[in-house]
Amino acid sequence: MFGLPEDLITVIWTLIKIVVIVAPLMLGVAYLTYAERKIIGYMQVRIGPNRVGPKGWLQPIADALKLMFKEIILPTGANKMLFVVAPVLSIAPALAAWAVIPFDDGLVLSNLDAGLLYILALTSVGVYGVIIAGWASNSKYAFLGALRSAAQVVSYEIAMGFALVGVLMAAGSLNLGDIVRAQEGGFLNWYWLPLFPLFIVYFLSGVAETNRAPFDVAEGESEIVAGFHVEYSGMTFAIFFLAEYANMILIAALASVLFLGGWLSPFAGVPLLGDMTAWVPGLFWLLMKMSIFLFFFLWFRATFPRYRYDQIMRLGWKAFLPVTIFWLFVEGIAIYAEIGPWFDGVLGA
Amino acid sequence: MSEVKNFTLNFGPQHPAAHGVLRLILEMDGETIERADPHIGLLHRATEKLAEQRIYNQSIPYMDRLDYVSMMCNEHAYVMTIEKMLKLEVPERAQYIRVMFDEITRILNHLMWLGTHALDVGAMTVFLYCFREREDLMDLYEAVSGARMHAAYYRPGGVYRDLPDVMPKYKPNRWRSEKDLKRQNEGRDGSVLDFIENFTERFPGLIDEYETLLTDNRIWKQRTVDIGVIPPDLAKQLGFTGPMIRGSGIAWDLRRKQPYEVYDKLDFDIPVGVNGDCYDRYLVRMAEMRESNRIIKQCVDWLRENPGLVMAADQKVAPPPRAEMKEGMESLIHHFKYFTEGYSIPEGEAYAAVEHPKGEFGTYILSDGANKPYRLKIRAPGFAHLSAMDDMVKGHMLADVVAVIGTMDVVFGEIDR
Repeated sequence: MFGLPEDLITVIWTLIKIVVIVAPLMLGVAYLTYAERKIIGYMQVRIGPNRVGPKGWLQPIADALKLMFKEIILPTGANKMLFVVAPVLSIAPALAAWAVIPFDDGLVLSNLDAGLLYILALTSVGVYGVIIAGWASNSKYAFLGALRSAAQVVSYEIAMGFALVGVLMAAGSLNLGDIVRAQEGGFLNWYWLPLFPLFIVYFLSGVAETNRAPFDVAEGESEIVAGFHVEYSGMTFAIFFLAEYANMILIAALASVLFLGGWLSPFAGVPLLGDMTAWVPGLFWLLMKMSIFLFFFLWFRATFPRYRYDQIMRLGWKAFLPVTIFWLFVEGIAIYAEIGPWFDGVLGA
Repeated sequence: MSEVKNFTLNFGPQHPAAHGVLRLILEMDGETIERADPHIGLLHRATEKLAEQRIYNQSIPYMDRLDYVSMMCNEHAYVMTIEKMLKLEVPERAQYIRVMFDEITRILNHLMWLGTHALDVGAMTVFLYCFREREDLMDLYEAVSGARMHAAYYRPGGVYRDLPDVMPKYKPNRWRSEKDLKRQNEGRDGSVLDFIENFTERFPGLIDEYETLLTDNRIWKQRTVDIGVIPPDLAKQLGFTGPMIRGSGIAWDLRRKQPYEVYDKLDFDIPVGVNGDCYDRYLVRMAEMRESNRIIKQCVDWLRENPGLVMAADQKVAPPPRAEMKEGMESLIHHFKYFTEGYSIPEGEAYAAVEHPKGEFGTYILSDGANKPYRLKIRAPGFAHLSAMDDMVKGHMLADVVAVIGTMDVVFGEIDR
């Protein structure tokens, strides 16, 4: 093509695909902050942003512009290199993980067979950004935030991992596309039903992983001010912010793919409705499912008080972990017994 | 390897949970608090000293600025001390109005406390719900005194003016739609008393709304049960008063133990806690709001039936009615003297205290016979509560410090004075 070497074309083509994924994602992050402020606003009997642009629609743009023109302050005594690297470390995995998310049948940047492992690895790397930020800031508040975050992410990673093992067992594959295809059928064929406890544990661990309320001890507004990013300003702060929201969207996407049948229509197999909605693209269903999860993220924030640091750990180790392990046993038995429609044929495959 | 040392954290004065300007020096072992050392004085405005330079009435507005979330109760203690020294009789209607506004103030204060306490613990929404109701009560302040916060409504001898016959309404403008206007003016068609009654009818339902979000919430309970426990004996030793001592199970309430104004004629209960932890104090304050609501209702009923004077007739210590001043020489002279020289209080001393939303708030006046106090001493409940900081947080975690600050309901206007 155009006389270019084959390799170069692959590289260019991949770059284009990355832009096509990341650009809407960044826009999604911007408008997720707007949605958050509006939705929580209405939950709290107020209006939310309504000054910039019609109905406040340009507010996120204004915020982004403001942050870009702010000075980046390097605190005295901070480790300058790590201080700047930390936000990068925190956003890179949040974006890289999108490479294996299937948006529709076959619509995926990289059809990795070890997709689930890749996701697990990347979401755990994100915490290094937080820890390094807390350490490099040379501030006691940031340091406490980093310590809390490290402990929290490590313990929730395990529960989350076990929940993923459950999906792996049911689907018999680490490829996210295959996992979705294994859920084919209708609303009741998706894994949320047979793996219900794992589904709940996965989503709540996801909330904890992204440091969102009620698990937001790493930022703990009223305790340690802003936790690990207390010393950050301007774009360095904005990148942490982007990473947090990109992670929220990622968790929502993963929960949809793993437990709610990704791009599959909820009406498939339903007599009349299934045919009527057959023309709707899979991407639409995926986005709808993600929106539901994102709404829950916001709803939690408006409703719940914050957990204490040790209570989070207790919940992770003493509640979530045993629940997942127990359910893995139940699932194992179900697979042996070949209980349909979810577990029949898993053994043979 | 070097020895592991505790580290010190400077908590405040610029901190989202410092409730103003509290500065805590926390000695911590990891997340656990070994010692908490509150530093105060960052909002010191020398109120007591300022009062020595001014005639008695000019100090009333200073009282508003002590505990700036329960303004009228502060005034109440001050004017009661003056009345005690002058042996001044207050008309019954004025007493009822004072009691009613004391209780409105209690609700105002407790709503502020609830909102900030919940916000400190991480529940954001309660805060905004509370401020919605505070708005109505602030409007009541404004209706009777002209000011939404610093009312200066209580005067020695009674209150500044009788309750207005009309409740002010929101006016239309280009930013307020017809629908909003109608909602905002709901209940404001009649007199101020009608609006207060309307509020008392709505308010229990609204308390239920806050309780739905918090009382049975597992996270809220985990964060407050068994946190900052103060046993009854210790509470007494530390000089606790108000909801802080009642949370520990001691039914100490000045409204019952040393009834002032018309509290002995009213029907209300004193809620007490059992364990003396943050959760019990939360329940006590929630129940207190319901009791205050009951008291307000009784006051409204009485005030409807009994019109009358709201200021003492002794014109040496209370201003003459405006109409008389236009014709009577005597009244004109009284008016002039009252507003320039003020009145002198005979030599002596007195202490009077009210059951302030935060505890026992009292003022002590020592007079040398002049028209200004020789010495004014203010007993602020928050000061005693804050001194217990170390006892309350020792061994708890950093996040509990925030919950304890919230449960103490500290306001630095009164602590630093």
